[in-house]
Amino acid sequence: MSLQAPSAPGRVYARAGGPVLRLSESEAATAPPSAPERMIINMGPQHPSTHGVLRLLLELDGETVTRCKPIIGYLHTGMEKTGETLTYLQGPTNVTRMDYASPLFTELAFSMATETLLGLELPPRAVWIRMLMCELNRISSHLLFQATNGMDLGAVSMMLYGWREREEVLRLLEQITGLRMNHNYIRPGGVAADLPDGWRDDTLGLLEAIGDRLDEYDALLTGQPIWRERLQGVGVISATECLALGVTGPILRSTGYSWDLRRHMPYLDYDRLNFDVICGSYGDSFDRYAIRLNEIRESIRLVRQILAGLPAGDYRVQDKKVTPPPRGRIDESMEALIHHFKIFTEGFKVPAGEVYAAVESPRGELGCYMVSDGGPKPLRMHIRAPSFVNLQALPYMLEGRLVADAVAIISSVDPIMGEVDR
Amino acid sequence: MASPLPGGLAELGVAVSIDPGGGPVLHPDRAQLTEVAAALRDAGYDQCLDVCGVDYLGADSRPDLPDGVVPERFEAVVTLISHRQRGRVRLRVQVPAEDPRLPTLFDLFPGAENPEREVFDMFGIGFDGHPDMTRILMPEDWEGHPLRKDYAVGIVPVRFKAAGDAR
Amino acid sequence: MSASPPPEPALEEAAPLGPAYGGLTDLPHNFATSRLEEAVKWSRARSCWPATFGLACCAIEMMATGGPHYDIARYGMEVFRASPRQADLMIVAGRVSQKMAPVLRQIYDQMMAPKWVISMGVCASSGGMFNNYAIVQGVDQVVPVDVYAPGCPPGPETLLHAILSLHSLIRSGELTRRRQGAAGAGAGVVVEQRDGQTATRMVVSPKRGRFGRG
Ligand code: SF4
Repeated sequence: MSLQAPSAPGRVYARAGGPVLRLSESEAATAPPSAPERMIINMGPQHPSTHGVLRLLLELDGETVTRCKPIIGYLHTGMEKTGETLTYLQGPTNVTRMDYASPLFTELAFSMATETLLGLELPPRAVWIRMLMCELNRISSHLLFQATNGMDLGAVSMMLYGWREREEVLRLLEQITGLRMNHNYIRPGGVAADLPDGWRDDTLGLLEAIGDRLDEYDALLTGQPIWRERLQGVGVISATECLALGVTGPILRSTGYSWDLRRHMPYLDYDRLNFDVICGSYGDSFDRYAIRLNEIRESIRLVRQILAGLPAGDYRVQDKKVTPPPRGRIDESMEALIHHFKIFTEGFKVPAGEVYAAVESPRGELGCYMVSDGGPKPLRMHIRAPSFVNLQALPYMLEGRLVADAVAIISSVDPIMGEVDR
Repeated sequence: MASPLPGGLAELGVAVSIDPGGGPVLHPDRAQLTEVAAALRDAGYDQCLDVCGVDYLGADSRPDLPDGVVPERFEAVVTLISHRQRGRVRLRVQVPAEDPRLPTLFDLFPGAENPEREVFDMFGIGFDGHPDMTRILMPEDWEGHPLRKDYAVGIVPVRFKAAGDAR
Repeated sequence: MSASPPPEPALEEAAPLGPAYGGLTDLPHNFATSRLEEAVKWSRARSCWPATFGLACCAIEMMATGGPHYDIARYGMEVFRASPRQADLMIVAGRVSQKMAPVLRQIYDQMMAPKWVISMGVCASSGGMFNNYAIVQGVDQVVPVDVYAPGCPPGPETLLHAILSLHSLIRSGELTRRRQGAAGAGAGVVVEQRDGQTATRMVVSPKRGRFGRG
């Protein structure tokens, strides 16, 4: 399907009677089902395959799901409110805890929004380090998906393999950023530190090993009849529905609609790299599995190009206003010490204005809407979380499927509840 | 301007500004919102990415608003994207505090359903014609709308106590 | 016409038991004495099944602890039970929101006694960096906590340390007297952070391109 007018028949996004069960949480216990033989059951928020704390109300006809409603908010952390009390330099610490499977992307969106307001131009090395880290993070995030997807469908060996490989990526990330998760590595003005010694060999070794492992996944799962039976034709959604519901990322691409921000609205230096946008054709769970698997391969390709082209230079802007002085100078000069102190206690002022910056996270378009009133803290910081919007497609995917498929479908949406609830 | 706005919009008389990133921002008023959004959708902006609210309580000046737009306490920000033109456009609608209501975009963009519920939950801005105007993130019986500026962050002072020896 | 099946070998012949076989049958004294209390404590400490109670980022680390590298199965705990009724240990992994707190308490109440709680991560222990309206400032306001594991997130090593500390508390009987289940009545032991003590080095070898100690 091309970018022009998708032609699949549209659905009626009805106020009542559609696949969305519009019941409030308290009504659900007492409300009569829409037909006598139907019943409403509750799944979650504490359920092993709802990826955290997603709760679903399912209206069933026998074993068939007729309508459903995702209930969220069980992990609401008030991060957008907390974000208003933190300076721009502290902000990434906060937002990195939203999407904990791919924390660097939220940091990136936040930093990009801040930098746009500041009008900063980053040194090329900072930009490329950011791309490197994001692609590594995309690999680990998709490996996590492979692991949990396998676990949800009963392929326990896939779960163990997925965790094993992810652990290797995390180890590299830990080497570079100092932490396994919640890195707070990408900050307004660049990144927190330069790449450590020996990172290039480790990265190359990792890429090679992971590449081999992906072929093993293929052998284990992709051609396997049970795997195909459980995924093919399950949770089908069309491009029209995706567009109408605001769905982005692998779910949109699984319908054959080629849309990837890295390609179509490039940020950082993605327009200088070669990669393919992976698309499916049926919009089912199997396509979404295969897209994520192949996106790992594309990310490996990207990382190789980044390794080849990584420019030398500064890893953060040399702008006194936003960059703390180097560690060594603090011991020598009083001004540097004061400067350092002021940046970390008061923060820097950002010109008034509002801006929206978006990146392609492993789950779709991740945007940061930032309003500054000219002070050192944002007036409003809002994250457009892809999982939050993608969850709206769940009732449409579940309609008419069996309860047993629900687990496969939830898993193929790959929601991260921290990002859904913020 | 990064992406030229479709011709029909000029006749609607909507104030336009450009954000620091070079993207177009439209400032329709409440009555125009549905009309403008429909025109944009017909012009190719066919996906609604986001609806979010902003509370400007206590902001003394609003230099980023173009002339003719009367600032109000609340603002609803709608982000649309056109895949064909590869551009986004943002609609900023002023919502007065005395009467925080807006027409829903559900009929044009069904994907606005959850974001609008979130705006309602967090700011108390109601959307007329929305199919399910209930709280989404907070518990149903919660009082207040947390992201309003006059709602306290809720910081409780940390009480440090001797934790004993760590094992 | 059918061939008669070959005669089955007698079981005693097929598997003779004896000291060489490693069995205990032929030991001269194959019983041990213990106080019942000791035996109970011993077995409780060694069959501590956790409930899956993943909430946020920490849950990912909890799952990583169950993964092959850190391998919680070494302590007989890989059976994460989906049903609270089959679990003895609740690992509260992540931030507890105001909306989740009642659910958490309900799940705790559904667990069979004796039951233990580990509060994993600063969010669960004290609210962490989210000192705001949405987060319960410490899960010990909701359920009694026996061990606090610090860190944001506590790495798998810290979690394992917390679990082993809990085991030794159960084993030594410090936790045997049961509290009434009231919030704030847990043992409240704080363990050290132990991250990065085992595996900060890459274990992938660039030459072979394979995982292994390289
Ligand atoms: S302690 Fe840190 S890692 Fe754990 S849930 Fe809280 S923010 Fe996430």
